[in-house]
Amino acid sequence: MGAMTLTPGDVDHVATLARLGLDAEERRRLGAELEAILEHISRLQSVDTSGVAETAQVGDLVNVMRDDIIGPCLGARRALRNAPATDGDYFVVGAIQENELDA
Amino acid sequence: MTTSLSAPSRRTSSTPRTIRELAAALRSGATTPRALLERAVDHARRADTRLNAYLRFTPELAMRQADAAAAVLRDRPDTASPLCGIPIALKDVLCVADVETTASSRILRSFTPPYTSTAVQRLFDAGMVCVGKTNCDEFAMGSSNENSAFGSVGNPWDVERVPGGSSGGSAATVAAGSVPCSLGSDTGGSIRQPAALTGVVGFKPTYGRVSRYGLIAFASSLDQIGPFARSVDDAALVYGAMAGHDPRDSTSDPRPLGETIQEMAGGVAGMRLGVPDEYIGDGIEGRVRECVEAAIRVLEAQGATVQRVSLPSTEAGLSVYYIIAPAECSSNLARYDGVRFGQRSERPSLTDMYLRTREDGFGPEVKRRVMLGTYALSSGYYDAYYRKAQKVRTVIDSEFSRVFEEVDALVCPTSPTVAFPMGDRSDPLSMYMCDVLTLPVNLAGLPGISVPCGFVDDLPVGLQVIAPRFEDSRVFRVARAYEQATEWHEALPPLAEVA
Repeated sequence: MGAMTLTPGDVDHVATLARLGLDAEERRRLGAELEAILEHISRLQSVDTSGVAETAQVGDLVNVMRDDIIGPCLGARRALRNAPATDGDYFVVGAIQENELDA
Repeated sequence: MTTSLSAPSRRTSSTPRTIRELAAALRSGATTPRALLERAVDHARRADTRLNAYLRFTPELAMRQADAAAAVLRDRPDTASPLCGIPIALKDVLCVADVETTASSRILRSFTPPYTSTAVQRLFDAGMVCVGKTNCDEFAMGSSNENSAFGSVGNPWDVERVPGGSSGGSAATVAAGSVPCSLGSDTGGSIRQPAALTGVVGFKPTYGRVSRYGLIAFASSLDQIGPFARSVDDAALVYGAMAGHDPRDSTSDPRPLGETIQEMAGGVAGMRLGVPDEYIGDGIEGRVRECVEAAIRVLEAQGATVQRVSLPSTEAGLSVYYIIAPAECSSNLARYDGVRFGQRSERPSLTDMYLRTREDGFGPEVKRRVMLGTYALSSGYYDAYYRKAQKVRTVIDSEFSRVFEEVDALVCPTSPTVAFPMGDRSDPLSMYMCDVLTLPVNLAGLPGISVPCGFVDDLPVGLQVIAPRFEDSRVFRVARAYEQATEWHEALPPLAEVA
């Protein structure tokens, strides 16, 4: 991997992907911290993993299924009660404006 | 300065403190669930002027539970669970229906879950009484409890020092003697490390043994719920009551639980114990190492054979963990978007609302991990970081499997150091180093425990025992054999008396 630098543009890009607002001071500090952490964890590259499969989880259960039967569930009232804004059985959010979700 | 093997404070009274002792006192009529609850809350409130271990007490729920437990103990004392009427404190990442649950984060302030986590419900069904919700690092991310949005937690042995983390409040309240047991969650050491730093027993079960339903998720392939207690027996009792298959967690394992309590008897004679070279080398504080080496000699004296083994990829484990855990965290924490629950910072556009809600709601360590995880999963870096980490995770898992062909269990330090002063590790990397001896256990899904094994300058040291997956009973068995031969677990900090 070698020496890497995390540019302010990279930090902005990742923050946008994460939908995380950051002020200028946080951007600067996080950029420096992430760079130091990434440099440390790059030691990983020295471990030989040729022919090694990936582990996503250590359990040996695969495709856990259940019968397709309706059971008790929360109901709209309880599911909605922690929402910051509701209208009847709906969550309320602001309007989505053109292109605003483009990362 | 005391020598490394002397306890600074011993049990000075015959007050019953363990679950076993309290269960006997409840049955003899010497006490009642209400009296135990009142004593616990009173003690905890006084201790909390120094500790800040609790985010909130739950008096209404507790009174109801105590009265229900009293009725069970009166009507059918012989069939009541040993946990019936026993007070317990719960880390604030565990959902309890209609009780505010925040994960120590501003973003979840005033969140009241509509349901109770399975592990907690099983303990409530056994008759346990919920004293309150304990402080922790925000979303369980940290090793010192300094990342809580609601203030740091003091270590009962020295309130200027950290109790470890992330389950710092749950560890501190048991160590202070306020409650006999509590629950924590362990993603990279968040039960075992604070148990070591506060001088109590802390157990992380095999991945899949305890349902994660209702546990606020941090890193789903690593998280497990487990107990803090004042004895290995007590930890096993609480574990046994909450473990076992739950259809509401698809990673919950259906194989039968076995009889933990019976299987943990029998001692260590004839057992083969391994000490990993990488866990007892240069990175370990000298006098911590001396305590652990003395503990290993105690096990040897009881008939265990001890040999050195090697887990060569231990150091790489830290890198693997700090890719996989943040990657899973960045994904899990995407749900905090100000729409369905939690705090919202109102803005005219949806995207601005998301950005500002998360900026205002998350603390610095959570932001750091969300950024790190998002980066590791992003296009162009996924293969170099996330996929590579998943492969090295396989290597680490294989190394454990190979070592467990030679030995029955591993014994080593839980933490490289004793409790450090608050503010001492402001550099994130130095904080991450706290977990180097505990996080490989999560990567491989193994059961692990920390038991008290001595003191360095009046600060507790923990012995870690690790076994193969689903051999939770073996972990308890080794830990119990050690505990029965020693008295470290009976030591109480001076704060326990004045509180």
